[in-house]
Amino acid sequence: MPKITYRQALKDAFIEELNRDENVVIIGEEVAQYNGAYKVTEGLYEMFGPKRIVDAPISEAGFIGMGVGAAGLGVRPVMELMFWSFSYVAWDQMMNNAATVRYMSGGLIEVPIVIRGPANGGTGVGATHSHTPENFIANTPGLKVVCPATAYDAKGLMKAAIRDNDPVYVMESTILYGYEDEVPEEEYVIPLGKADVKRQGSDLTIVAHGMSVIQSLEAAKELEEKHDIDVEVVDLRSIRPLDEETVIESVKKTNRALLVEENKPFCGVGSQIAYMIQRKAFDYLDAPVERISAIDAPAIYSPPLEAVQLPKADVIVKKVLEML
Amino acid sequence: MSTANASKRHTDIKPKKADLAKENKLAINKSLSKDELIGYYRDMIRIRRFEERSLRVYQQGKIAGFLHLYIGQESIAVGCASLMGEHDHLITTYRCHGHALAVGMTMNELAAELQGKATGCSKGKGGSMHFFDPSKNFWGGHGIVGGQTPLGAGIAYGLKYKDLKGCCMCFLGDGAINQGAFHESLNLAALWDLPVIFIIENNGYSMGTSQERSSAHPKEGLAARAEGYAMNWAHVNGESIFDIREAVGDAIKLAHEESKPSLLEIHTYRYQGHSVADANAKKYRTKEEIDDYRKNHDPLNLYKEYILSKKLLTEEEAKEIDKAAKEEADNAAKFAEESPYPPVEDITADVYWETDNPDQRTSEGRMFFND
Repeated sequence: MPKITYRQALKDAFIEELNRDENVVIIGEEVAQYNGAYKVTEGLYEMFGPKRIVDAPISEAGFIGMGVGAAGLGVRPVMELMFWSFSYVAWDQMMNNAATVRYMSGGLIEVPIVIRGPANGGTGVGATHSHTPENFIANTPGLKVVCPATAYDAKGLMKAAIRDNDPVYVMESTILYGYEDEVPEEEYVIPLGKADVKRQGSDLTIVAHGMSVIQSLEAAKELEEKHDIDVEVVDLRSIRPLDEETVIESVKKTNRALLVEENKPFCGVGSQIAYMIQRKAFDYLDAPVERISAIDAPAIYSPPLEAVQLPKADVIVKKVLEML
Repeated sequence: MSTANASKRHTDIKPKKADLAKENKLAINKSLSKDELIGYYRDMIRIRRFEERSLRVYQQGKIAGFLHLYIGQESIAVGCASLMGEHDHLITTYRCHGHALAVGMTMNELAAELQGKATGCSKGKGGSMHFFDPSKNFWGGHGIVGGQTPLGAGIAYGLKYKDLKGCCMCFLGDGAINQGAFHESLNLAALWDLPVIFIIENNGYSMGTSQERSSAHPKEGLAARAEGYAMNWAHVNGESIFDIREAVGDAIKLAHEESKPSLLEIHTYRYQGHSVADANAKKYRTKEEIDDYRKNHDPLNLYKEYILSKKLLTEEEAKEIDKAAKEEADNAAKFAEESPYPPVEDITADVYWETDNPDQRTSEGRMFFND
């Protein structure tokens, strides 16, 4: 299978979906003539023209809300946020309008919108550009949220998101954009709400999403090589809908769970997963559920300290050793 | 300026008193049939009687939350809805009852929605501020001040994307014009030539704060802010349904034929508070001011005088129409009262398209987290 980058995988998903459905339109800041702030949409403007690939002014509340309105008429907008951190200026459109219009109309209106972009720290851009709001989104009924960790998942999940009739918010990563992975040439779609066991293991289950999956796999490799510990890594992929079954099955098998995420700890995604594990696999646990998340403070700028603030493989290794 | 003031209408900050006999002669109104002219009276009085009846139901404690009444502004919804063609759409604020009736929603479904009943237009899920009926090109009913304005631009975007000759009338109050989302919408509409008509229903007060205390604007008024976006704009006299039809008709033409947006400021007045819960409704303005509007500027009374003077209706026939509107509103309140509340299971219905259409679901995993 050919190896392509996460960035290329996303672009391939867009090309396939733009070709498949004439209602799909990509809108965002610098997505067209500039070729994408992170080159995710590079070349699309040339391929599809100004009707399908639209440069928006720096006006997130305006253009995201506009996408919600257009979705009502059957347009399927794929809106790029240059950073998920910028979603906060469009919060009313994303959390009030996109999330509730279907409900408040008694089911009369559909909002088939995708809002996507990177949500990660670790790049020295400071607190205003490093937010990971998947927990806020997941807390909001009416919305779906996915956090692909690999190129393969990014493509398959993006295609599913674009075809979905509900609002789907996709969180990518500026760091992962450059990561390569095997992606088949033939078409495939990954259903939302299906976790993926990225590594089979028997001693302990790590549950992670996004960048934390990659770090967990790195840690698992080290644990195996240096400590003869066999860790299973479950990649949630989708936060809402959530694949409880795969997580619970894994914990029942390994009897230990460590939750890893870049999100902040308080009311983060891990809080819900921990609750779920104690509720559904309490009798199988040989140790308390543990978690690793970002250190609970705004994202610090200073590069060496930012590296400490975020989860990484050596911290995961240390925590696993403590748990066993 | 090429696009601004395309309609060459009022740019005075406040239009002069309505003269319906004169305004009826404006091109767009000249050929109205007797039935249409009587129909406008019926539509306006139906809104007023519905709102008055709803106020009583609210006072009886049967409507929860807020109730933002449209009394005094009826000419706007009726005048605008009278111009809607197949691909013309409408979206508005929480003060949405008049628009809902004007596009043809029934009193029964609205009254039931007010009481949170299963027979309501949104099955009791939206309430007073959130009426919807996309089958009538009516996209709500939005609770956040200014929050609907990007959606209005989006509906226009959708029309343009699908090559449909239509427009979106996007209503807002004078209090919404200071919201960022509104300015972003104006910019997008002008930048992308979206066929949207932003209609400020200026009733003078953003809740309890007068226009003077809330909005900086050029001497030509709030609508003149459109100049900053090189957008067509005009002032409109809300007292006169004919003036409204003419101004909005011009804006629709501009939208249909040139795909250009407009910003209209329709001067109007609300007699009730911002909502019924607005305890200070008579404190931030004088009794004399309210009385003056009721006596001299009421769009329904002025219109009634006009159609009586033109002998389109006799006093007796006008009374019959009024009586029928009252009865319809009474019956709707009764229908609502007798309707069942939605079942508890309905709390989690209509959240996701997928869970409402399980046989077509493509995702997996857990969608709700109630345990």
